[in-house]
Amino acid sequence: MKIVIINYGAGNIQSIKFAIKRLGYEAVLTDNVEEIKAADKVIFPGVGEASSAMAKLRDSGLDTLVPNLKQPVLGICLGMQLMCNTSEEGSTKGLGIFDVDVIKFNNEVKVPQIGWNEISDLKSPLFSNIKDNAHIYLVHSFYAPICDETIATSGYGINYSAALQKNNFYGTQFHPEKSSKVGEQILENFLSI
Amino acid sequence: MLTKRIIPCLDIKNGRTVKGVNFVDLRDAGDPVELAEIYAASGADELVFLDISATEERRKTLAELVYHVAEKVNIPFTVGGGISSVEDVDILLQNGADKVSINSSAVKNPQLINDLVAKFGSQCIVVAIDAKKIDGEWFVHLVGGKVPTELNLFDWAKEVEERGAGEILFTSMNNDGTKDGFANEALNKLSTELNIPIIASGGAGSIQHFTDTFVKGKADAALAASVFHFKEIEIIDLKRQLKKEGIPVRL
Repeated sequence: MKIVIINYGAGNIQSIKFAIKRLGYEAVLTDNVEEIKAADKVIFPGVGEASSAMAKLRDSGLDTLVPNLKQPVLGICLGMQLMCNTSEEGSTKGLGIFDVDVIKFNNEVKVPQIGWNEISDLKSPLFSNIKDNAHIYLVHSFYAPICDETIATSGYGINYSAALQKNNFYGTQFHPEKSSKVGEQILENFLSI
Repeated sequence: MLTKRIIPCLDIKNGRTVKGVNFVDLRDAGDPVELAEIYAASGADELVFLDISATEERRKTLAELVYHVAEKVNIPFTVGGGISSVEDVDILLQNGADKVSINSSAVKNPQLINDLVAKFGSQCIVVAIDAKKIDGEWFVHLVGGKVPTELNLFDWAKEVEERGAGEILFTSMNNDGTKDGFANEALNKLSTELNIPIIASGGAGSIQHFTDTFVKGKADAALAASVFHFKEIEIIDLKRQLKKEGIPVRL
């Protein structure tokens, strides 16, 4: 199985590479269009600020590639957010894969949300063998509201999308690579799709 | 519901784990990577590595350590100690650190917080503050607590938040090493006045101290070293007790 992690200079990708290695697979970091197209599984990471990450994606021409991929694609954290229509962060136009607009948590809760929260209402093979209320690790100030494409729900003041899916596109607001055994199972599930 | 985090802190010198008692005497407590794996498996929610080396090779040694920890550990970790530039942070994040913490360098050059946030995002920038209560007022201290400043803890914390830091790690020097409990009054004030997560540090000696810092101190996370390193408290026992007390934890 050929696994690629899209490398567009957006944050901590080493952890994802290591997490996949711990599962017994090798992942390649690349920004090469042909290599990404040819992969069996594509991971689209992202940490940092939305508008600058989106600019990096456009500069490398990957903004037109990602929405047209046919194999399973997993966006993580900011990667997931960039797969949505827009983000309030830096008034960013996203890739428009998920039909939802990313907005900021209001000040009734501490922002960013940092730590372990629960996921429930799990609706995808991505969550095979994951129990309701399993804990996952998140660090974020912006979120995708609940929508038709929500496949996992979490609560922080309001309920928000902990994960999204549309066809071959998956996105998790949480970091499976940092979510202990639960995260490992979710990554394993993605690689088994 | 977001859970309260339990964070073992590993003090690192020349690639090895040590723990200072009141920031002075040092005792060897093992191999950091191995210890990190044990903590991850035993229910720690996050780890902090605080580098106190002062050698020429410290940057390289620390980057290597971060790489090896990231390779083995499936929970998030923060790295701090002597970080003073955008380049320092870049190397640590590239090697697999999830967050970095800055302390003295932020006080000396507050603009560093803005620069790091602009480049890497709030979510990975923790500002550590060591403070001591002197005649009823909390003063920020530098260089592992050795150098006093005239900076008020709460004023500095507010500025740190305004400059974009994602989290504050507050160590009370009055409490650190005492095992008499966390500085809950100051923590409560920080947690109430600010809108970013606050990590409590300094003073953990019993399970009750953790309960108190979450309830009375309103801390979002609690950090401790020796009570975990010397197995005076097992994390699983601690979390079970917290759950019994109605405090949300990951079990």
